[in-house]
Amino acid sequence: MPPPILTVSAEPAALLPDRFLRWFAGRGWSPREHQMALLEKAREDRSALLIAPTGAGKTLAGFLPTLVELSSPRSEKSNVVSTGRAVQRSGGLHTLYISPLKALAVDIARNLERPIAEMGLPIKVETRTGDTPVSRRQRQRRYPPDILLTTPEQLALLLSSDDGPFLFSSLKRIVLDELHALVTSKRGDLLSLGLARLWRLAPQMRAIGLSATVAEPEQLARFLMPQPDGQARSADIVTAGGAAPPVVEMLDTRERLPWSGHSARHALSEVYELIKENKTTLVFVNTRSQAEMLFQDLWRMNDDGLAIALHHGSLDVAQRRKVEDAMAAGRLRGVVCTSSLDLGVDWGDVDLVINIGAPKGASRLMQRIGRANHRFDEASRAVLVPANRFEVLECRVAIDAIAENAQDTPPLRLGALDVLAQHVLGCACGEPFLSDELYREVRTAAPYADLARNDFDDVVDFVATGGYALKTYERFARIKQDKQGRFRVANPRVRQSYRLNVGTIVEETMLKVRLVRSRSTGTGSTGAIARGGRVLGEIEEVFIEGLSPGDTFVFGGEVVRYEALAEDQVYVSRAHDKDPKVPSYMGGKFPLSTYLAERVRKLLDDGRAWRGLPEQVRDWLSLQRDVSHVPGVRELLVETFPRGNKHYLICYPFEGRLAHQTLGMLLTRRLERARARPLGFVANEYSVAIWGLGDASFMIRNGQLNLDALFSPDMLGDDLEAWLAESALMKRTFRNCAIISGLIERRFTGEEKSRRQVLFSTDLVYDVLRKHQADHVLLRAARADAATGLLDLRRLGDMLARIRGRITHKELDHVSPLAVPALLEIGRESVYGEASDELLVEAAEELVRQAMG
Amino acid sequence: MTEQEALSISSTRTLDVASVSFHADLSGALVWEEERLLVVSDLHLEKGSSFAMRGVLLPPFDTVATLSRLAAVIARHDPRVVIALGDSFHDRTAHERLSDDDRDAVSALQSGRDWIWISGNHDPALPRDLGGTIADEVMVGPITFRHEPTGAAGEIAGHLHPKARVSARGRSMERRCFASDGERAIMPAFGAYAGGLSIRDAAFAKIFGARHFTAHLLGDRRVHAIAASRCS
Repeated sequence: MPPPILTVSAEPAALLPDRFLRWFAGRGWSPREHQMALLEKAREDRSALLIAPTGAGKTLAGFLPTLVELSSPRSEKSNVVSTGRAVQRSGGLHTLYISPLKALAVDIARNLERPIAEMGLPIKVETRTGDTPVSRRQRQRRYPPDILLTTPEQLALLLSSDDGPFLFSSLKRIVLDELHALVTSKRGDLLSLGLARLWRLAPQMRAIGLSATVAEPEQLARFLMPQPDGQARSADIVTAGGAAPPVVEMLDTRERLPWSGHSARHALSEVYELIKENKTTLVFVNTRSQAEMLFQDLWRMNDDGLAIALHHGSLDVAQRRKVEDAMAAGRLRGVVCTSSLDLGVDWGDVDLVINIGAPKGASRLMQRIGRANHRFDEASRAVLVPANRFEVLECRVAIDAIAENAQDTPPLRLGALDVLAQHVLGCACGEPFLSDELYREVRTAAPYADLARNDFDDVVDFVATGGYALKTYERFARIKQDKQGRFRVANPRVRQSYRLNVGTIVEETMLKVRLVRSRSTGTGSTGAIARGGRVLGEIEEVFIEGLSPGDTFVFGGEVVRYEALAEDQVYVSRAHDKDPKVPSYMGGKFPLSTYLAERVRKLLDDGRAWRGLPEQVRDWLSLQRDVSHVPGVRELLVETFPRGNKHYLICYPFEGRLAHQTLGMLLTRRLERARARPLGFVANEYSVAIWGLGDASFMIRNGQLNLDALFSPDMLGDDLEAWLAESALMKRTFRNCAIISGLIERRFTGEEKSRRQVLFSTDLVYDVLRKHQADHVLLRAARADAATGLLDLRRLGDMLARIRGRITHKELDHVSPLAVPALLEIGRESVYGEASDELLVEAAEELVRQAMG
Repeated sequence: MTEQEALSISSTRTLDVASVSFHADLSGALVWEEERLLVVSDLHLEKGSSFAMRGVLLPPFDTVATLSRLAAVIARHDPRVVIALGDSFHDRTAHERLSDDDRDAVSALQSGRDWIWISGNHDPALPRDLGGTIADEVMVGPITFRHEPTGAAGEIAGHLHPKARVSARGRSMERRCFASDGERAIMPAFGAYAGGLSIRDAAFAKIFGARHFTAHLLGDRRVHAIAASRCS
């Protein structure tokens, strides 16, 4: 239920000075209601959260109070003393603007300059990003502009400098843009801690949050207010109304709907026609490799020579800029893109959004569709193109959810301990702190409002000496207490290291991909390849590790052959295969949202609602009902059947790929113990299919295998523990925590070495720490991440609780209609499962076979 | 599975060097049963505290972890001679940072057998007060034990920390390994914090030349012999 639109009591004339009214009138505009509402909040000295769709003039609304305040001479002049040196200034920094993207900060600066210039306001606006030259940064700290536009990382850096108190003491407002996007990640945690610090340095500061529509605006509004001990306090919420509802349809394909896969190749010509019919179309896909594949396919059929471009985060920056510029200039007819275009920068006149594949979440889809139109009062248009039958269900419920304006953004995060560790070190780099005071300050940040004192103390202990049970590092402490008990950094090197490593975005280790000429002489040769070659972009190291030389995959819009890896460079050559040998679909970053999953289950359960589905899909479901069973909303369907010389067990929890992957891993362990001899499994957004040598049907019939016991929530006990010990996903999670917390440095002072050479393997640290201090604060941080991150443990736990006593088993003679998609994925998608000895045995046997001819 | 369990499963495999049959132990040790001789390489004791001195506060449990794994493999084979094949200590002052418990653990391992510390590039000047004999290299029959490999026939060396990756169908796993061509062998690092160098690195080509060699990967339950050319 969206909160009611606030009505503004005052007339614009009362809130807006004359020159603003004239400026609005001169452009033929009148101030919007929510813009006035924010002005009124400012006048009442209140913090506010503005919820508005794209195109509603959100940014101007956020800055209007600042512009109005700065348009009249400031009433009181402040003299502030900097560190040791008195500096006279007229007003100091008035407004801080934080955006998740530096490109957005730069864009906003440009947009602000116009009203400021046109109204002749005496206001200085500057940006500060990682690209800002050192000299300007130094100047900004001494002689700040009126408005500073920056990112959460730069804010952390400013706060950790000696000038922090001087710089921020005059601060009147902070504007947080794209807040809905910021708060879902550890960057949001970092920002919240920065806010807590600002509230102490500048108690007069008021916040304005700008956000797309979210499920729980009240929670988001808490983020903008200091949380006093034990109580929840929220900023006022202003909701912009009046946006035209979007027109969203599902592509009614003429072709046969595929059973599985994510490419939507069947609908290619229809997608092409849509691009042709519209002026500018954004084609969103979920993963980089899908983008690659689709772009390539579209070019192959592009007989009209339409200007179609490709945009994703792994492409070379220069190439991305070229696409963005062409887009802004209106020279492109279509852009195939990933979430790299989800946020931010104004794209001008996009008149259609096509979303290929699963929408994953209603709010996410809505935000993407919002890119289609920056004119508030016109409806955005979008076409959803499901790539397989399950995705048809997902698209159907997403369209229904959008029609109801239902939201499924995730709940507010609990502040992460690794981010807190980074912040504590940052604090020690600035003015010394007392534990008691810092603890109180940190808890004013909404994500940390419930932080326990012992967790805080453990974090401080970790920052100081590692927090180990074996107290041997006292003399190597990074922060030390003085006689008054205040912590400060032990030496300048620690400060330097903090500054180099600030931030919470841990990128996957990426390797540069270079195109070279192939070594023509067959396979297995170790002949040298030409070094150098054109850089195509960057690719995840994890992906390359799974390849053998000679394997082909899609990258940079073409099929390439993997030649060799040297240092941090991957050498590939042009391949002439039409289809790549190795699929690189990694499932995208986000799983199907809990909300859409539930709606899909409801849709399945309600036979009458099937009328809204394409005929092919209705037939598929009806057949499933006839030969097996269609599960109810809270029920778990488990099917077992033989196929070839193997036995299959497939279940349909509809809880998203990540939770399913974890479930598959744990079920396989249990089945192994039950002597069902499992061999492998595939997990997708809807189901988990396990195959093996043991006859699961027979075992269930004879009571050797009890499904209630198999799916019992106690699998999250010892089985989980045993798996976590060796799980590569868990090790990756731990690595992120180790880096963010500052245990391992990403960037080193002094010499520039490639990270592959110097990076200490955090896997070794994980193994040792797990055995010798299992409750260490970093392991706790990693476990908290595992609950919601790559392992999605919380969701798995909720599912197991939901289906207890509601498992329906169907013993079948052969594969069921619902099982076909998963079975088709075997061999095509990468098989999940931690590689184990079995992989080595296989490699050794393969060798024996070759030797025996 | 705990480490102890893993070790107790039949876990040794034959690895031949210059017609001598060794057992490649799953722990990363090499055992010459006729001579009752056990070799481990690159323990890198006190690597954690070495990093800590430079401000990287790695968990200080690596020495304990390494020594307890060493104790387990010694207990199973009860060797007459133990050779630590160099880089036993991560830096020149590492031995001074050993805790009293760790020192006691080392003495306990040494009691009742000969113990030879071979010096390595990390520990060129080994301490005299830690028991055992100090040497640059040791020759037993046709075999020479030294820290840095030269490529000579009959040589068993360490220093390079070999590891190998095996990939198939988009999955891959990487493990420490022995590298051997039947005439010479390079041992995996035994230390808990010792990293690895891929056997496809040029350093290995220098030792083995154009000859084919085999990676003996330390799996979960056994050692797997896989041609180096099959690894990445």
